[in-house]
Amino acid sequence: MQHKTISELHEMLASKAITPVELVEESLNLAKKYEFLNCFNFINEEKALTQAKNATFDPNNPLSCIPVAHKDLFCTENIQTTCSSKILEGFKPPYTATVVENLESAGCIAIAKTNMDEFAMGSSNETSYFGKVHNPWLKDHVPGGSSGGAAASVASGVVPFATGTDTGGSIRQPAALCNLTGLKPTYGRISRWGMIAFASSLDQAGPLAHNAKDCAIALDAMTGHDHKDTTSLAMEATKTVDSIDDFSSTKTLGVVKEFSGQLSSEMENAFQESIKTYQNLGYKIKEISLPNIKYSVPTYYVIAPAECSSNLSRFDGVRFGHRSEEVKNLEELYIKSRSEGFGNEVKRRILIGTYVLSAGYYDAYYKKAQQVRRLITEDFKNAFQECDLILTPTSPGTTFAFDSKGSKDPTELYLEDLFTIAANLAGIPAISIPQTFVNNLPTGHQLIAPHLNEELILQTAHHFQQDTDWHLKSPSMEDFS
Amino acid sequence: MTWEVVIGLETHVQLSTKTKLFSRASTSFGADPNTNVNLVDCGLPGVLPTVNKEAFYKAIRFGLAINATINQTSHFDRKNYFYPDLPKGYQITQMDRPIVEGGQVEIELEGVHKVINVTRAHLEEDAGKSIHDADPINSLIDLNRAGTPLLEIVSEPEISSAKEAVAYMKALHQLITFLDVSDGNMSQGSMRCDANVSIRKKGDKELGTRTEIKNINSFRFIEKAINFEIKRQIKVLESGEKIVQETRLYDANKDETRPMRTKEFANDYRYFPEPDLLPVVINDDEIAEIKNNFPELPNEKKLRYLNELKLSVNDADILSSTKSLSAVFEKLIENGSDSTLAAKWLVGDISALLNKDQVELENSKLTTELIGELLNNISDNTISGKIAKEVLEECYATGESPNSIIKSKGLKQITDTAELESMLKKIVDDNPEQVAQFQAGKDKLFGYFVGQAMKETKGKGNPEIINKILRELLAK
Repeated sequence: MQHKTISELHEMLASKAITPVELVEESLNLAKKYEFLNCFNFINEEKALTQAKNATFDPNNPLSCIPVAHKDLFCTENIQTTCSSKILEGFKPPYTATVVENLESAGCIAIAKTNMDEFAMGSSNETSYFGKVHNPWLKDHVPGGSSGGAAASVASGVVPFATGTDTGGSIRQPAALCNLTGLKPTYGRISRWGMIAFASSLDQAGPLAHNAKDCAIALDAMTGHDHKDTTSLAMEATKTVDSIDDFSSTKTLGVVKEFSGQLSSEMENAFQESIKTYQNLGYKIKEISLPNIKYSVPTYYVIAPAECSSNLSRFDGVRFGHRSEEVKNLEELYIKSRSEGFGNEVKRRILIGTYVLSAGYYDAYYKKAQQVRRLITEDFKNAFQECDLILTPTSPGTTFAFDSKGSKDPTELYLEDLFTIAANLAGIPAISIPQTFVNNLPTGHQLIAPHLNEELILQTAHHFQQDTDWHLKSPSMEDFS
Repeated sequence: MTWEVVIGLETHVQLSTKTKLFSRASTSFGADPNTNVNLVDCGLPGVLPTVNKEAFYKAIRFGLAINATINQTSHFDRKNYFYPDLPKGYQITQMDRPIVEGGQVEIELEGVHKVINVTRAHLEEDAGKSIHDADPINSLIDLNRAGTPLLEIVSEPEISSAKEAVAYMKALHQLITFLDVSDGNMSQGSMRCDANVSIRKKGDKELGTRTEIKNINSFRFIEKAINFEIKRQIKVLESGEKIVQETRLYDANKDETRPMRTKEFANDYRYFPEPDLLPVVINDDEIAEIKNNFPELPNEKKLRYLNELKLSVNDADILSSTKSLSAVFEKLIENGSDSTLAAKWLVGDISALLNKDQVELENSKLTTELIGELLNNISDNTISGKIAKEVLEECYATGESPNSIIKSKGLKQITDTAELESMLKKIVDDNPEQVAQFQAGKDKLFGYFVGQAMKETKGKGNPEIINKILRELLAK
């Protein structure tokens, strides 16, 4: 089953080439085999096997008996949910996230919780309390982040797809670095109930899979209104997979003027190859302008930390999670529990967020950032008058070595999300799909669509994948052992 | 030196919704610790708030009653601070765009009317409770109250004495109870206020430095706390010192205010818009619905009692002044009691009993049903008014029903004319001297005969029948 897509596994199950139990067993075996990648915080062997044994395969349901791994910030009842943080080590929530429930009702069998940057704060999965994750394509190199474990678990072929979350690029950038297709839907498409918040107004769950069609299958099962999340859109679940083969109309792809000259020549060449492919497929390419896009990284690094500084206040050692021992008073309980429980990047962002919301600074930072956010959203609206989708690179480079970026200057790592952050600020859907390799390593490009237009994104990505085979490549992982 | 007092009040009213502001947990009072608590109230990782519209409807009802502007689109903000009984580390409140803005509350003090302007009224969630004395080592947390909806009503600094402050609070109390916005139960913390107090030389335009007295929860303490604070401030200023802007607590046992430790309030709350909740939009239909079902307010009630029920001004005044009295009164009439009789007993003997023990009607053993039964027995002449007092006292003390008290004590009125006549004849026969004096013109002696008759019947003789027969007998 290794490296098979959801659709392929569905065929195998339908033709009885494999039973649900065999499929789950193999997935669990692969998880053990590739333990050295450190994809998983927790492997759910017993429950997964029980579920597989009790499952009845439903040929009409594309996700029936399909193994999945969940990012370790989705709450799972009585199963540890840690956000890869010491402060939640051993925490077992008394309830389950809507996304996890939705996929379970669709027939998925969850085999594991995936490693991630602590509280989803990072672009390399290096901030995890449970250790770094190797990129299956290259040892001692990062899988990207924050959904790094999710990306590595799919890239290594342990599961055909995994759930991730994307606050500033946390699905798309690891997808690009691990040769996967990763979708960040429209804000509000997928319920945030039970998804431990990093930045509430930016966080959005989504799938990482081998191709666009698998993303569509997963998306259709993950979406739908949830009365427990007032920011979830009052809309039915998507049905993107039904129309994924519709390439009938000619689309115009906008290429962002302001992004030109930002890439190394090798990365630029890979991106130009993708543009050529689209042109050959009949797409029109048009230069468009997003005048305020240059402010997206600083804007993001005001808004996201502000929200996180407040969202993470509940981790105080009082009701759950890590509580420092031998504290003398309340203030010490807070200071010690949080100092011991949070890692450096999380602390850094809490400090930034606290600062930008403080009296006297709020107007200069937080309020200003919200204004710029509105301008960026307007830029997209204007641009979509001229094109149907926007085409950009996903990340500035390929995977990089452990500890090579951001150790001296953390903002160096923040630039990993240069191309992805704006879609979160505008709340619009975006996907990353594999393209021409650079130095034998995966790279990706991004398609951004107007609000709610996941269907168009997935059709276009699927179209691209009909004509290219980058997404079919798998890492050998030979040099790991 | 003449000093002028400037007071502004921030009143927290607990709304009488069944469930909390952002979760579906119950708001019932007095439950075992941490039982009215769900995932949202605990602030567990990954949970999200959802809005209880009922709280908005109640807030809007209050706003409409004071002629305020209703912001049909309002939003929530986060007020960030750490405290163990604040599970999320922030309180969800309305900072920038409250549901209610402006409005006026009319107060009356010794016959003088005055209007106090309201700045705003906003919705927010209450915190839980920290319990410091139940365990020798640890402080304990009870989150039952966490998330209970509060309406914070902020007045303009237009109140100029402690007595006015009390009058304002009483006016608010009347409004929120009549509007069914809150049960108004102050001893359970359903209404409490913070008082901002400052003084200035009479004629000065600028406000003096103010202090804030936190969390006062009775009318009596409001008056005492403010008066203490005024005297303290005068003393400070007259000794040439300056008022320190600070938060103070009123200690009822010592009847004084004293500063809270600075740590308890030295916070930068880092307000920002709550990203987990969309702005709350109230449409025109919802407003119309609220207006159509608007409860009758005290003034309207009073007029109706006067004009339609023909009650006396005094009775109408008293019965329309508190929600509990007017509710019982109206229920009695609805169940068939005579309005004048019901008013007489509620305002008279029943109020006297309650006042004696300082009890509210709803907290006493007297129910509407029991009172109704008593009134029925009076109306149909089963008992006289005098006996009724006895029955009421018994009923008030034990909660036993008037019917059963009348039966077990044999208090039923004697209305048998023949029986009364033979008894009265005997009284007349036994008192020839008094009869002679009466017939000679000493009218007052009539009462003597009535007294004898009542003594004989142990008060159960029907006074009207006795009077009638006596007149006939004595006229001879």
